[in-house]
Amino acid sequence: MAADVAQIVSRAPGPRLGPRRGSLAFLGAVPFFIFATMFLIWPTFGLIIGGFQDAQGNFTLDNLRRLAEPTILNAYWISIEISLASALGGAIFGFLLSASVVIGGLPGWLRPTLMTFCGVASNFAGLPLAFAFLATLGRTGLVTLLLRNWLHFDLYGAGFNVLSFSGLAVTYLYFQIPLMVLIVSPALDGLKREWREAAEIMGASSWQYWRRVAIPILWPSLLGATLLLFANSFGAVATAYGLTGSSFNLITILLFAQIRGDVLHDQNLGYALAIGMIALTALSNGAYIWLRARGERWLR
Amino acid sequence: MAAVKGSRFGPWLALAIGTIYFLVPLIATFEFSLRMERGVYSFEAYRVVLADPHFQASFSYSAVIAVATIVVGVLLVAPTAYWIEYKLRRLRPVVEFITLLPLVIPAIVLVFGYLRTYNSSSLIPLTANPRATDLLLTLGYVTLSLPYMYRAVDTGLRSIDVRTLTEAALSLGAGWGAILIRVIYPNIRAAILSGAFLTFAIVMGEFTMASLLDRPAFGPYLQLIGANRAYEPSALAIVAFIVTWACMGLIQLFGRERRAAMAGR
Repeated sequence: MAADVAQIVSRAPGPRLGPRRGSLAFLGAVPFFIFATMFLIWPTFGLIIGGFQDAQGNFTLDNLRRLAEPTILNAYWISIEISLASALGGAIFGFLLSASVVIGGLPGWLRPTLMTFCGVASNFAGLPLAFAFLATLGRTGLVTLLLRNWLHFDLYGAGFNVLSFSGLAVTYLYFQIPLMVLIVSPALDGLKREWREAAEIMGASSWQYWRRVAIPILWPSLLGATLLLFANSFGAVATAYGLTGSSFNLITILLFAQIRGDVLHDQNLGYALAIGMIALTALSNGAYIWLRARGERWLR
Repeated sequence: MAAVKGSRFGPWLALAIGTIYFLVPLIATFEFSLRMERGVYSFEAYRVVLADPHFQASFSYSAVIAVATIVVGVLLVAPTAYWIEYKLRRLRPVVEFITLLPLVIPAIVLVFGYLRTYNSSSLIPLTANPRATDLLLTLGYVTLSLPYMYRAVDTGLRSIDVRTLTEAALSLGAGWGAILIRVIYPNIRAAILSGAFLTFAIVMGEFTMASLLDRPAFGPYLQLIGANRAYEPSALAIVAFIVTWACMGLIQLFGRERRAAMAGR
């Protein structure tokens, strides 16, 4: 589950050099390494190599340079914008929701209920989620109809479209918020009661406590979680594809179309697209792992 | 942490907004799925979908692939995680890092790599015929579920004393097969099951890999229906939501049983 992911990521200290050899015990891990090489590392590596080759297999930086073409750059940019919007929105609402249940003094049974629901919702993505939002906010969706019939408010007349940037962002929040709740709740648990009491004894207001104590302690966790949400929506294909077909120019949709039918008319340029994606997700995940390690210094 | 003094208006408000945001789409989807017959609510869309031979074929195809993924995943991950815990602890960071990579490399990039590496003119032409591609899809899903499966099994292994159990079994003359199957497996069964159900949920809804490898799985079927029908997609979304809930519910159930078993020891 997503919370597990957060924990794994938090524990992983990053790559180290290979094992010292010398004992046959190493053989026990060989099947795993063969599998990982064949289905994880080598195919990815192959793409990276392909990105630096021309059609004849000669080394070139041309493909990477061509990533700056307007259509491609635009696709990256829209992907980054939608991922940023849904990551920030998901982080803020997820944090507020988590804080309400974990430290807000609400009845205790709400917490396990919310956590279970978040486990489900963070995995309820892809096409079914797209269908759900079409049925909710589409032209004949329930909310669109209710707003029109009850409040005489024409959602689509006001410029909203579920097949647009804002529609996609609202849809992504459905798995981003639960993921945030699952990641950030353990961090909120780590806020010690004594810190708050100490702040109160010294006359701090609730605002000052959050501003001067809680947020400075939590910020690596919060920022790190936001980066994880960013990578999470950046790599998503199915939700956007289900909502908008191939009409929305996200980088994943472009890559999908390229793999399907070579729309760029250049296989190696496709590999370069993949390199760009790996670079961005690796960067945000790497920053997440680093921030997570910082955050844990306080939250033990 | 102590409860916030004074008003709990803020927390209740956040919870209320969250509840509305999360429940309304579910209600709307359900309502939409009942609209197929003009003027009345009916389960017609569900009847149509469930009677569709393509639904049955793709759903069972994905279920079979999911079970195969779970079997391969468990056979790969459980012995490895056991061996890392028992003998090769210094390799743990490397293995953990590798199991995290599927979260860094998006599925669409992975499958793109497969298509390049295992194309029909390569040394291992796994895309040459449908059975071989089924195998590639299964192994791709094993890769996608690696972070979850490894994490689940590893948590299970850490909660028991692998070394003592292994050495006790060895000193009683057990072979490695007996140790894995009769000593370790019963102790981590609940952990394996929770990884298995999560894998099942992920595989059932997966679209990108199945679509790009051109296999008749549930995800591509959903896409096809979504592009061509009005009410059936909502019915399918409800079906998918129920499958996800069922998987998460079973994880909770087995997790609770395990905690109870631990407490009782």
